[in-house]
Amino acid sequence: MEFFRGVNLDWMGKAKFFVALSLTLLLIGGISIYREKGLRYGIDFKGGTDVYVGFAGPPPIDQLRQGLTAQGLGDSQIQTISESGNSGAHDVVIALERTEEGDQALDAGKQAILTALQKTLGTGGASGLPDFNSISTLALADSLTRKDPLGLGPVGGPRYTQLAKNLTDSRDKDHGGILTSFDELNNVDGADTRVLTSLRDSFSLGSFTIRNVEIVGPKVGAQLRRQAIYATLYALAGMLVYIAFRFEWVYGAAAVVAVFHDVLITLGFFSLFHYEISLTVIAALLTLVGYSMNDTIVIFDRVRENLRLMRREPLAVIVNRSINQTLSRTILTSGLTFITVLVLFLMGGRVLRSFSFAMVVGVVVGTYSSFGIAAPIVVVWHKFRGERPPAGSGSAAEKRLAAAGRR
Amino acid sequence: MNSQLKWKAVFILIVILLCAFGLFGLPDFPTSWSTLKNNWSQRIHLGLDLRGGSHLVLQVQVQEAIGLHCDQTVDRVTQQLHEKNIAFGEIRRVDDTHILVRNVAVAESGTFRDMVRDQFTEWDFAPAAGENSGYLLTMKPSVVDEIQRETMDQALETINRRINALGLTEPTVAFTGRGKDEILVELPGEGDPTRAKAVIQAGGQLELSRVEDDHTYSSEVEGLAAHGGVLPPGTELVPGKFEGTTGGPANGQVWYLLARSPIVTGQDLRSANPAPSQNYPGQYEVRFSLSTAAASRFGPFTEANIGRKMAIVLDHQVQSAPVINGRIDDSGVIEGNFSQESANDLALVLRAGALPASIKYLEERTVGPSLGADSIRSGVRASIGSLIAVMIFLVFYYRLSGINAVVALLLNLIILLAALAYFGATLTLPGIAGVVLTIGMGVDSNVLVFERIREELRAGKANASAVDVGFDRAFLTIIDTHITTLVSAAFLFLFGTGPVRGFAVTLVIGLLANLFTSIYVSRAIFDWHLTRMDRQAALSI
Repeated sequence: MEFFRGVNLDWMGKAKFFVALSLTLLLIGGISIYREKGLRYGIDFKGGTDVYVGFAGPPPIDQLRQGLTAQGLGDSQIQTISESGNSGAHDVVIALERTEEGDQALDAGKQAILTALQKTLGTGGASGLPDFNSISTLALADSLTRKDPLGLGPVGGPRYTQLAKNLTDSRDKDHGGILTSFDELNNVDGADTRVLTSLRDSFSLGSFTIRNVEIVGPKVGAQLRRQAIYATLYALAGMLVYIAFRFEWVYGAAAVVAVFHDVLITLGFFSLFHYEISLTVIAALLTLVGYSMNDTIVIFDRVRENLRLMRREPLAVIVNRSINQTLSRTILTSGLTFITVLVLFLMGGRVLRSFSFAMVVGVVVGTYSSFGIAAPIVVVWHKFRGERPPAGSGSAAEKRLAAAGRR
Repeated sequence: MNSQLKWKAVFILIVILLCAFGLFGLPDFPTSWSTLKNNWSQRIHLGLDLRGGSHLVLQVQVQEAIGLHCDQTVDRVTQQLHEKNIAFGEIRRVDDTHILVRNVAVAESGTFRDMVRDQFTEWDFAPAAGENSGYLLTMKPSVVDEIQRETMDQALETINRRINALGLTEPTVAFTGRGKDEILVELPGEGDPTRAKAVIQAGGQLELSRVEDDHTYSSEVEGLAAHGGVLPPGTELVPGKFEGTTGGPANGQVWYLLARSPIVTGQDLRSANPAPSQNYPGQYEVRFSLSTAAASRFGPFTEANIGRKMAIVLDHQVQSAPVINGRIDDSGVIEGNFSQESANDLALVLRAGALPASIKYLEERTVGPSLGADSIRSGVRASIGSLIAVMIFLVFYYRLSGINAVVALLLNLIILLAALAYFGATLTLPGIAGVVLTIGMGVDSNVLVFERIREELRAGKANASAVDVGFDRAFLTIIDTHITTLVSAAFLFLFGTGPVRGFAVTLVIGLLANLFTSIYVSRAIFDWHLTRMDRQAALSI
């Protein structure tokens, strides 16, 4: 099977359209960023508190909002997140901003949110019993050892520790962290009726569970932002040096411009689709930088090889030929990489969502920028550097080739 | 098969065996699937985002230690000035690293300068600008650095001891490497770090001092006023909780006048243990015992002060001020409305030692166990999904050579996982994303080679020659593309922490392994296939 045999498209001729497309995308992204008043920084760069809460059924948003306002957290934001397949089907994130560095403890916001949750959703409620859905393995082991439902006496410790682990594992892995009834624990290794009865008597079942919490102080946020920018700039500089060394400096510059363009478009898409920029997104961007460079290098490699073979042709023709020759490889690789990151986007879960989105957008844009942006830049540059003769005429063309072929 | 090929095969086989060993250990035969799975999950170290747990970044307030050193120097300089009978107007601390001595008697300036030069070598000094006969002492930068380093080292050690005493599984306590004064604490499995945070942050400074004045004051100002505006030498005012049942100030805080130098500090403790309270049933207390050296001071002290009160001061707050009823040599009790857990934690903190400066939390991230399990599930599903998609495509598009690529890809992943196990590297969720990316980007190398081979075959070359040229020409491009991605990953590793680092590590290892599998192993498989097939037949690619 083969997709691309004997392709012979005039890429450089169409360069105008590619540039127009790029400018349009950049414009759209730019407008979106302008309207959102800047990039959407996630908590890593902004500071603040995010508490992700999971529910067994549809989350009681209004109740939550009331409860939060009662705790003085009226300016918190509640957002629903839905996830299918995993246990996150009814998740919610409660976000607090934090602007100044006060004397307040870092986790004051989180504690306030937890208090609001417990008051509103009444864990323990009327019975005042502790919540089985929030208990840790150690605490459960303690409680079981004390209550001793199996009558093992003081040597029961290790067995109860194992039993506690089995119970919490089942709760977390099989039931998404929230049990609605103790009967759901029927199949757990070691949980017979005596244990279940004891649990029923000692614990209540709260209606929520804390999935994860992220708290970042504002100074740290600013620090991480700076580091992210430095890392990206250094990486770009490093690659510029590497490519300028392997090819000619204008090739390096063209590649960097293309990669820069990729990052900007990706950021624009982030703004457009309301994704937040977190540390892992920066990781994705840096990976994209490397990936986009790859594509560009493959084309440049072939151009260099063809320059030696096709000495009489104008640069534009050589570049066209090179792109056509490597088209198969380019489409295949991008296609395969695209498939893998698309699978990651669809099946990778909430935590990786913004990372995989960046990769999905980046792979497409990065591939296209190699022949759409980087290659035309090289051709146009050489056109202006060389004399201005029509394409194909003798001496001037040779001068251009000599200039292009010089390494 | 020619001998070179044979050696290649042996080498590849050894690599596979090493990987299997790294992942599964040496199983006894017969072995079951669940044993293998167990071994495997023990050897791959999971990050917090997959296991659940807490990640804390805290900042040690080093300035306090520097300021403390400054204060102590002020005391010592004052003492020296008195001993040498040098008259002066005032000595005060300007900020953490500067001391100002004003109006030094002109006749004694020479003696003063000599004294400072000889006895306070850690300080630079110069005449203070704008002052008549005043001097400014500045702490040397090298000394500041040294105090900073010592403080950080001591803080790290103390926190380490406290965390270990809590008995949590595999905690990490280390410098973050991001700021000079930041410490990272990771507690796998701890979904709620509240208790650990309290234990880490507790100052833990214990001091036993004599109470100089039987009165307690409702504010610092009142205490000062009661002594005519100047406290008696060697004393200080320290706040504490109001202990009576009626009356007392609104905020429940009273001030005691204590001797400034404690007779015994936390460093003199030999042990500290919680126990049910004898005087207040239902509460707990902490009983401590003193070292022999301290006991030799404490005994005479208590004997000489029978009938007077002694204050037990914890982190600059008076816990209690019992009356000394008789001579005590080497034991004492800290009472104060403790629950069993808080008495436990206090004893733990006292045993581990006091922190040299206070701690502020900068970052706190906790992952609950249900999310951890979810993340593993999603990550594994995405990896298998992308692997299958890529494998199906390869076989369809490149036919038999596609199988070559699939084998190389699988070996790539096995080497990647085994390397993680061998290096003890942590697998995080972004790390799993790195595995998925390795699948996608790794195939690129094979594609580069195969496309080249196809080109050469189309141009009319023979099979063996086409394979040769294909690998040759593609080699440099493969190296180039790997280097650029490796450069990005290197920067990610340097700049990132935790999960992002995990991603960089898997990507780097994956790409390096890819160089091996796509160039060496693929080539070996081609060579083997070529020797077995008919020279004239078409290469299935």
